[in-house]
Amino acid sequence: MGLKSNLHNLKEKYKGTKMAPAFNAIHTFLYLPNETTHNGTHIKVADDLKRTMNTVIMALVPCLIFGIFNSGYQHYAAIDAVKGIVTEVSLWGNFITWDNFIMGAWTVLPLVIVSYVVGLAVEFVFAVIKGHEVEEGYLVTGMLVPLIVPIDTPLWMLSVAVIFGVVIGKEVFGGTGMNILNPALTIRAFLFFAYPTWMSGDKVWVHGAKAMEGQPDAISGETILGSLAQNNVVSYDWMDMFFGFIPGSVGETSTVLILLGGLFLIFSKIGSWRIMLSSVLGAIIMGLIFNGVVNAGWITESSKFYGLMSTDFWMHLLIGGFAFGTVYMATDPVTASQTNKGKWIYGFLIGFLSIMIRVFNPAYPEGVMLAILLMNVFAPTIDHYVVQGNVKRRMKRLKLKTA
Amino acid sequence: MSNDIKIKKGLDIKLQGAAEKVTENAIISNFYSIVPDDFHSVTPKLAVKVGAKVKAGDVLFYNKASEDVKFVSPVSGEIVDIPRGEKRKILSVKIQADKEQTYKEFGTLNVDSATAEAIKSRLLESGCWAFVKQRPYDVVAKPDATPKAIFVSAYASAPLAADLDYVLQGKEAELQAAVSALAKLTTGKVHVSVDKNGNSPLSGLSGITLHKVSGPHPSGNVGTQINKIDPVNKGETVWTVSAQDLVIIGELLLTGKFNAKRTIALAGSSVKKPRYFKTTIGSEVATMVFDNGVEKNGNDRIISGNVLSGKQVKADGYLDYYSNIITVIPEGDDYELFGWNKPVFNKVSTSRALTFSWLTPNKKYDLNTNTNGEHRNFVTTGTFEEVFPLDIYPMQILKACMYQDLDEMEALGMYEVAPEDFALTEFVCVSKQPHQEIIRKGLDLMLKEIG
Repeated sequence: MGLKSNLHNLKEKYKGTKMAPAFNAIHTFLYLPNETTHNGTHIKVADDLKRTMNTVIMALVPCLIFGIFNSGYQHYAAIDAVKGIVTEVSLWGNFITWDNFIMGAWTVLPLVIVSYVVGLAVEFVFAVIKGHEVEEGYLVTGMLVPLIVPIDTPLWMLSVAVIFGVVIGKEVFGGTGMNILNPALTIRAFLFFAYPTWMSGDKVWVHGAKAMEGQPDAISGETILGSLAQNNVVSYDWMDMFFGFIPGSVGETSTVLILLGGLFLIFSKIGSWRIMLSSVLGAIIMGLIFNGVVNAGWITESSKFYGLMSTDFWMHLLIGGFAFGTVYMATDPVTASQTNKGKWIYGFLIGFLSIMIRVFNPAYPEGVMLAILLMNVFAPTIDHYVVQGNVKRRMKRLKLKTA
Repeated sequence: MSNDIKIKKGLDIKLQGAAEKVTENAIISNFYSIVPDDFHSVTPKLAVKVGAKVKAGDVLFYNKASEDVKFVSPVSGEIVDIPRGEKRKILSVKIQADKEQTYKEFGTLNVDSATAEAIKSRLLESGCWAFVKQRPYDVVAKPDATPKAIFVSAYASAPLAADLDYVLQGKEAELQAAVSALAKLTTGKVHVSVDKNGNSPLSGLSGITLHKVSGPHPSGNVGTQINKIDPVNKGETVWTVSAQDLVIIGELLLTGKFNAKRTIALAGSSVKKPRYFKTTIGSEVATMVFDNGVEKNGNDRIISGNVLSGKQVKADGYLDYYSNIITVIPEGDDYELFGWNKPVFNKVSTSRALTFSWLTPNKKYDLNTNTNGEHRNFVTTGTFEEVFPLDIYPMQILKACMYQDLDEMEALGMYEVAPEDFALTEFVCVSKQPHQEIIRKGLDLMLKEIG
């Protein structure tokens, strides 16, 4: 056990110094620490925050791998489309190929690496300055960020956004566990508002589309939501959407893998099934309302909302970032409602507002990000009223006694 | 009667080393120590000096804030040492026991004809008042208050807990005397809770309201039962007495002697032969743990109390005033390679995040004292509620205690809780926060500010 005792000696040596948190962060990645309980409970459960975060990352890995292949596939398919060749997707034929993988890895992995290196560097700096341990919150954020940005996001933009998101979104509130807004979405929102041309439109969702803009062989990189918002016909069938062979942010396209990830999170009791289920319910209900409005003839094809409003309610669950947001972002325990009743309300409103914003904001036809950020802000209010219910019950009990 | 209490939320932590139902007489301890810290929030004022001779039942110290509340010697002997800590705080009163025990005679009391005043003053002068605790605040009861009810839990559901049905066998007369006496001190009822599947000697007592409880721990905690039967409101007081201490109270009333004998369990996975001992409050732990128990030089933790809310004691330490169990489990001061992400089969977990204790619900575990992770801010939600049966929001009340908002603490139900009610939430806490300490500090703050 040479390594173990060497590391232990180093830990003792650095104890109390400024660099101790930085060293401990790396040390505890290798070894579960030798800390023991004091008074209080003398035994503890096996889970710690690292294990919790790690579980979420495991649920994200399939989305990342799929995203790598899909980036390559969409790139080559778009080039073919310009030449007039219509590509029919086939999983083993033209999707899981070396070309796709190399192209995808070459574009996606830098995003992952930059996201982690920059974000963790900020975390380390804050831990050293404030003298607390490096907290695990960024492990998940760092994985989420590359999956929710357009593929060609320049790395310097990503770095600036990550620094902004971690510092303003999290550290100023006191670090992991204290933040109000989901850090990954804060980063995404910063990118969106600071560099809108890189974040939306029909040129950013497929690798190379932006670079080739204006050239005669320019490729299109439009998402389904984008097409619908402009009342265009969508060329993908629902199976493509369900399996995720569509353009979009890196890791958010495959509904089936997100569904599996969500089921895994629910099974492992890490993600809240209440939030996921109620969010889906909210989205379905909003979708049905819009479908009803269209059927009633109040909105006709001339309306600019027609495309998205007439989309079948179940289709809304498959397209855009709705599924990804619901499973991985809305369930962030720190920024979500913390009471079980509150989670139902919180999730429902996220689903409801996502579809509403999606339909009524054709300039940026993606509502999930804004819906979740909005509900993050309102989550403490929801909790407040849920908890007040308990407080009122207690007061009533007292009044019954004294009366 | 439909006085059954069925608890659904909770967690039974199954551990190796439950005590076998064999009782031995412990080796008679030479020295005894009474630790004022066992009586939370009591500031001791000494009644004896080093060198004084005392009988069992003679006052050692009393509560400075309420001088009627006296704490007495469990044995007769000579005071050999009163060690003091910082600011001359009294750490303990150490007594060298006589070979022949002599008892102070308090005289018998006929509980059926005695007045409430007589019973109260007898309990106070004999030191038995220390066994009567109150909620709110979970401290030794204020003698001038009148509780709205008195609660006794005769069901211990904590991990490895001493089986009260077994240790209280044959003590019916003492138990009856004690509950009859207590019944006179309250305007309400004496609620006694027993194990639904057990055969408790307390179920046959008269003058009580019997409740049969079932379900996982903390169903046996008196706090859970109060919450389900008759929760404490602002301005109200309830008293609680543990079932074992009823025996000492009963014996005092029947014989006039303060006989601090009790049967305790020696349990835990480090103990070679877990079993029961007859011993005395304040005895040296060493008289029990080494004979067929733990290795002399083993790396073990000795706990006076259960694994969830007991106190750590050294091998040369003493049994504390309220405990009826000594638990010994291995220390966990070692590193574990990739312990945070590898699949775990040998530790208890309420999640399924590559932790597989849900596959084997009946397996008995050998847990050590490792925290399995570092202290963090609260992050996950919903985990506490699964093991917390009280009608209170656990995370919200803990946070209220941390930011010391007295109004909010009161509104969220601080008057109803004791630290031990938060033992399970502390056990399952992914952020490894010290819940019981947070609640204790919150209660202390309220006691100081509101009183």
